[in-house]
Amino acid sequence: MRVRGSVAGTGLSAVLALAAGSALADWSLLNMRDGVTSTSRAVHDLHMIILWVCVVIGIVVFGAMIYAMLRHRKSKGAVAAQFHESTAMEVIWTIIPIVILVSMAIPATKTLLAMEDTSKADMSIKITGIQWKWKYDYIDGEAAGISLISSLHPDHNAARLRGASGSVENLREQFGDTYLREVDNPLVIPTGQKVRFLLTGADVIHSWWVPDLGWKKDAIPGFVNESWTRVDKPGVYRGKCAELCGKDHGFMPIVVVAMAPDDYKAWVVRQKAHVAQAAAAADRVWSKEDLIARGQDVYRTNCAACHQPNGQGLPPAFPALAGSPISNGSDASQHVEAVMSGRPGTAMAAYKGLLNDVDLAAVITYERNAWGNSGGVVQPAEIKAAR
Amino acid sequence: MSMATATHDADHDHGPAKGLKRWITTTNHKDIGTLYLVFALTMFFIGGAMAMVIRAELFQPGMQLVDPQFFNSMITVHALVMIFGAVMPAFTGLANWLIPMMIGAPDMALPRMNNLSFWILPFAFTLLLSTFFMEGGGPAGGWTLYPPLSLQMGEGFPFMIFAIHLAGISSIMGSINVIVTILNMRAPGMTLMKMPLFVWTWLITAYLLIATMPVLAGAVTMLLTDKFAGTSFFNAAGGGDPVMYQHIFWFFGHPEVYILILPAFGIISAIVPTFARKPLFGYSSMVYATTSIAFLSFIVWAHHMFTVGMPVVGELFFMYATMMIAVPTGVKVFNWVSTMWKGAMSFETPMLFAIGFIMMFTIGGFSGLMLAIAPADFQYHDTYFVVAHFHYVLVTGAIYSIMAATYYWLPKWTGKMYDERLGKIHFWVSTLSVNVLFFPQHFLGLAGMPRRIPDYSVQFADWNMVSSIGGFVFGASQLLFLWVVIKTVRGGKKATDRVWEGANGLEWTLSSPPPYHSFSEAPVIK
Repeated sequence: MRVRGSVAGTGLSAVLALAAGSALADWSLLNMRDGVTSTSRAVHDLHMIILWVCVVIGIVVFGAMIYAMLRHRKSKGAVAAQFHESTAMEVIWTIIPIVILVSMAIPATKTLLAMEDTSKADMSIKITGIQWKWKYDYIDGEAAGISLISSLHPDHNAARLRGASGSVENLREQFGDTYLREVDNPLVIPTGQKVRFLLTGADVIHSWWVPDLGWKKDAIPGFVNESWTRVDKPGVYRGKCAELCGKDHGFMPIVVVAMAPDDYKAWVVRQKAHVAQAAAAADRVWSKEDLIARGQDVYRTNCAACHQPNGQGLPPAFPALAGSPISNGSDASQHVEAVMSGRPGTAMAAYKGLLNDVDLAAVITYERNAWGNSGGVVQPAEIKAAR
Repeated sequence: MSMATATHDADHDHGPAKGLKRWITTTNHKDIGTLYLVFALTMFFIGGAMAMVIRAELFQPGMQLVDPQFFNSMITVHALVMIFGAVMPAFTGLANWLIPMMIGAPDMALPRMNNLSFWILPFAFTLLLSTFFMEGGGPAGGWTLYPPLSLQMGEGFPFMIFAIHLAGISSIMGSINVIVTILNMRAPGMTLMKMPLFVWTWLITAYLLIATMPVLAGAVTMLLTDKFAGTSFFNAAGGGDPVMYQHIFWFFGHPEVYILILPAFGIISAIVPTFARKPLFGYSSMVYATTSIAFLSFIVWAHHMFTVGMPVVGELFFMYATMMIAVPTGVKVFNWVSTMWKGAMSFETPMLFAIGFIMMFTIGGFSGLMLAIAPADFQYHDTYFVVAHFHYVLVTGAIYSIMAATYYWLPKWTGKMYDERLGKIHFWVSTLSVNVLFFPQHFLGLAGMPRRIPDYSVQFADWNMVSSIGGFVFGASQLLFLWVVIKTVRGGKKATDRVWEGANGLEWTLSSPPPYHSFSEAPVIK
């Protein structure tokens, strides 16, 4: 139970939390969580051991210092001794730390070897870090072929613009404790299975971190890193990108939904139906209104962070789309090219790998007709042809 | 050590030139030391102002004051300014002032290079800060400048790289000067194992600088050619390797960490014996511990990058090597505590800062030991736990030692005593607020808050607000430090030559303030 809302209240709650210990404090806000995997529990145990080792050493060292400061002070009439050497002491306080360190290194080594053993996985998922979203490709097993783009949820994306969030109470009311920790498409995995992750980056280095799983691993362009997890119990586990990756580094959350195997199977079936639906949708001719309506949602999720909801961009790094020659006129080829292939050396990603034909056609059509632009319609079939 | 020869009879002491020209053309180690210290203090306040922006934005969740890109440039330039502009020049300033006086030399060995190495710095940092006014803004990829992100910087990029080159050249010249001075200009009888520990630690620091600064220069030059000359050193699409940059950078970066702390060890080893009125415990083990730390600093670099996906054998090696550093560092702390043990201590401001250093640096050492455990580092890495760790070793470590040194030697430099009451207030306000500032960041990191983010979830709100309040108070209390220094320079009680009852060492045999040329005749050391 904590006092909220005022500076004094915050300070008071901090003091209360510390003084009252576990009875009052919410430990999940003070200490590492032990998580939901064997790895996260092993890491938590290591953390607690080394923490207590440090606390004990601290008590001894600081205790000796404080004792000396209280007793051996000139104002109390202390007369300085003149000893300044003791080989025996030097040897003792070299040996004892070495013994402590070796006894720490043994369990740490065991845990590390287990963490790095990605063999005998039940299924594999490729994770790609992209400025500023995650892409998940299910590589094998029943879900093979499913591909998800996971971005900050649009409601959160709107709330995090400067001055938009209002007070802390507002945020808490609107989002509970998930502010900036919610995505549009979470990663779904089955419980009880060893899931191997293959991590890479599309543009800059990112780092995939879900504290409840017990580790983070960098997603680096040109590299494929490996890691694994086996989640025990169904639930929603949240994390964030941990490696500075540019402007919106703070806004690329991770949500992992662990489902019991039966629920997972049902989810896979639903996803596959979505994919089939999307393929069918790409083959028909869309009306301008439908494209614009769909394109607005795609824009909010994928484009608005840089090009801004009003299309004005943040020049010079992020150019305006409103009034731009590229997004006006009858020839859309430059526009299609820019969206599909990106702009190398900038934060503009190549969206042909990230969005399907309908979404690409929709967002381009939206951009060509919003904010006073007049640029006609781009159909999914044209995108398909341009691939 | 004693001093048969005093130097008050230096009739041929011509004194400084007058006016601005004195400071531009000076080759005097004290003048240059003063320039370095004033420059460092200026940068400390510029970097501090950026820290205030960071803490103000993080005061509560939601974006209130700045945009994310500007926030990222604040964290990046805050680090560059504090490391290369504040702490390193402050230590070089102290070296300039103190090393000749401590080893019985008249001046530094290479006085003109000394002038040049200082005067490069204002240009370097003007260049760095000018990038804020260029298209694309200041550097925003973190002070480590990891590619590919750092290559996305706007037009300021080459200016930033050039600024780093200049700062590096300045450091190398400063280091050469320190090494040549120490090895060639010691007074007769001042053997290596009689040198004060500040001189020892600086000698080792200077070698670290000469060994690592060219590595940094190489790394950032490769960034420059990757950006402008079409090379692909770090570009995977062209056959390069972005992780190689991190290896090269941290091969510089980890010794750099010790560059920022070894001189601090020397300062604390001077101050604690003075106020305990008892000789330093384990002098020779201190020298060996410093040397061991310097050696180990070259073989632990990859502990900054446990999460990049190294082979497990590499992770084990770097974990073990990193844990080893706890041994010599522990020896130092135990030696300081033993120096205090059964002394006759008094607690003037320099001693307060020295004790604050030992305790809070040790806390930073503990979190460092925790970070060394690779599996646990997979959780700690890139969270606020790391931010708390390196601020405990750098703010309450390096910067506390610089403040301790200022209070300790300021009476010698100026010939006037500082205001003891204000000094103590400065210490207590700083120490309380700095812990309110950084201790909760341990909790934030463990609870899951990544570093380098401008906005966060509401459950982190309370501790961030506490931390920001601590930050504002700590920032404001440094204005008191500035005032104490100004007040002392402008006038204060006359200081005696020895200043402190328990002070030992050649610098205390000189007058306060010392003559323009320290030892025109070499003192005799028993």
